[in-house]
Amino acid sequence: MSPATAGDVRLVDISKSYDGVPAVEAVTLEVPAGAYCCFLGPSGCGKTTILRMIAGHENPTAGEIRIGGKNVVGLSPSARRTAMMFQSYALFPHLTVRDNIAFALRVRGVSRAERHRAADQMLEKVRLTELAGRLPGQLSGGQQQRVALARAAITEPLVLLLDEPLSALDEQLRVQMRQELRRMQRELGITFIHVTHSQQEAIALADMVVVMAKGRIRQAGSAREIYDAPRDRYVAEFLGGQNVLHYEIDKVNGASVLLKGPEARSIEVPLNGHAGKLALVAGAPIDVAVRRDDIQLRRPGTAGLPGTTALSARVKAVEYQGYFVKVLLDAGSADELVAYVSERDFFRETLDVGDAVLATWKNDLSRLLVLGDG
Amino acid sequence: MRRYRRPWTFYALLALFVGYVAALYGPMLCIYVLSFQDVRGGLVFPMKGLSVHWFVDLFTQVRTGDVKGSFDRSIKLALMVMAITVVVSFLAGLGFRRRFRGDGVVFYAMIGSLVAPGLVLGIGIGLMFQFLGIQPSWTTSALGAQLSWTLPFGVLVMFAVMSRFDRRWEEAARDLGATRWQTVRLVVLPILLPGLIGVALFGFTLSYDEFARTLQTAGSLNTLPLEIWSMTLNVTSPSLYALGTVTTAISFLIIALCLGVIIHLQRRRAARADMGNVAGTEGPTP
Repeated sequence: MSPATAGDVRLVDISKSYDGVPAVEAVTLEVPAGAYCCFLGPSGCGKTTILRMIAGHENPTAGEIRIGGKNVVGLSPSARRTAMMFQSYALFPHLTVRDNIAFALRVRGVSRAERHRAADQMLEKVRLTELAGRLPGQLSGGQQQRVALARAAITEPLVLLLDEPLSALDEQLRVQMRQELRRMQRELGITFIHVTHSQQEAIALADMVVVMAKGRIRQAGSAREIYDAPRDRYVAEFLGGQNVLHYEIDKVNGASVLLKGPEARSIEVPLNGHAGKLALVAGAPIDVAVRRDDIQLRRPGTAGLPGTTALSARVKAVEYQGYFVKVLLDAGSADELVAYVSERDFFRETLDVGDAVLATWKNDLSRLLVLGDG
Repeated sequence: MRRYRRPWTFYALLALFVGYVAALYGPMLCIYVLSFQDVRGGLVFPMKGLSVHWFVDLFTQVRTGDVKGSFDRSIKLALMVMAITVVVSFLAGLGFRRRFRGDGVVFYAMIGSLVAPGLVLGIGIGLMFQFLGIQPSWTTSALGAQLSWTLPFGVLVMFAVMSRFDRRWEEAARDLGATRWQTVRLVVLPILLPGLIGVALFGFTLSYDEFARTLQTAGSLNTLPLEIWSMTLNVTSPSLYALGTVTTAISFLIIALCLGVIIHLQRRRAARADMGNVAGTEGPTP
């Protein structure tokens, strides 16, 4: 086995149920070696269960878990060469930082001098040398996280599994430790699988984002794919930054499809290769996504440009966000419509609550979504 | 100028507390004071002289009863009870973290033996031994009777201790390659040690002054509380008070010893942490 593929993780049709209640259902996924992969989803979606199954703390009810091509179901964590960083770290409270990090070597029978030397090397990597003799209770959250990382990494695992590693930290530190995680991943050159409920965290860190709901994978891909081209309403709403509008198919004509909505105005959406994947039948319901920052606001009465869609709406609320302004609109339908207007554009011609506007976007910036089951 | 004045309720509650403590320790204090009278001493105030006469009397006079022998038995019995209580409570604490078939029955049976009237339970055990034709003795029937009291106590204390035990510590140990036995030895036991010392303390002191359950189960040889009780019936000298002073002193000694061990453990841990700090700062710097 070449080292390049040693840390690749493949889940083959794995399922897990507790007393007949399914937690994970038929999940298949390949995480390439050396990737930073984030499982993203709300609590109870099965992401932690998958992590624990990869780690060997839980056995799948069905399916195979392959690491470096070898089925590891039933093997101990150390035989799998995985290491887990637990939520809130689970550092041993009675051991010093150095002894915590050296623990894995201690149980392998490595001599005291040797394991302390290895632990000190790890400490240097996570920049905690001066805290070697402290107890975990005497450390800050960020320092504890670095100790946990060092403790997990000392056995040179092929795969590092992180369960909500940043949730115990406050906002500022979270952003800082995020970079630290990414740096460590590059330095160690191993596969990281990270579970989180924060879409910000996932798209900032991951080479590969896996969005989950109710024990199933909704979409897996690069952060940009997931954010810019969500597959369905669930993914679009979870990642945010998108308007998801509900329409009905009116007509399919070649490269685009005409839709009609509750406000009785028809809009045109390009097919871009979706034709095969969607059942496009006149009269069928469909969801359309338009990025919030792709929506431009104009004064009513301005002439519509060709190839654009315009919805008349009323300003419902305005939120200042710094470099942009979030404008909530009421377009007469049940769907929420939000425009992110750049701060400078907004203050060139300020809008007030109640103002009538035209929300416009270029047709080729809108996308058809797969109609999800919610 | 005073920035803060205590409200009158503070003094009212303080008086109540002082009264409570006086009511709690006053009677015992009388016994301790009266035990230090000289040879003219009687069972009531006023105090006559000051000496350790009655302590000497306690251990030299046969008429005061078998103090030495019963003390010896009580200590041995308490140590046995303590050891069994610690081991069983520890294992029960580990076992009860998960639900298992019949866990409710075991739990309520345990609580039942805790709330059962001790005297009745003791009589029952005594009768049972007689029925089975076994001679009751402090090492068998009394040991069992006392365990029916200390075990539920120990297990309940363990429950409280275990509620602060994070299962992820065990998982982390397993994740890092520790065997089950290594996990217990290197992670579970050291973390639970202060709690286990607490259980040991409970086991020892509960056994050391147990009376009700032991009365009908100790057989022909008395434990210390039984001996004291029989002395109250026929000894009419301050020796009785001297005995009270000695047994109290021993109880406090045991408690102090356990606290000392706990403090020592904490100090050692802190000292190790400090040493590590020094080693860390003296390490090679880039």
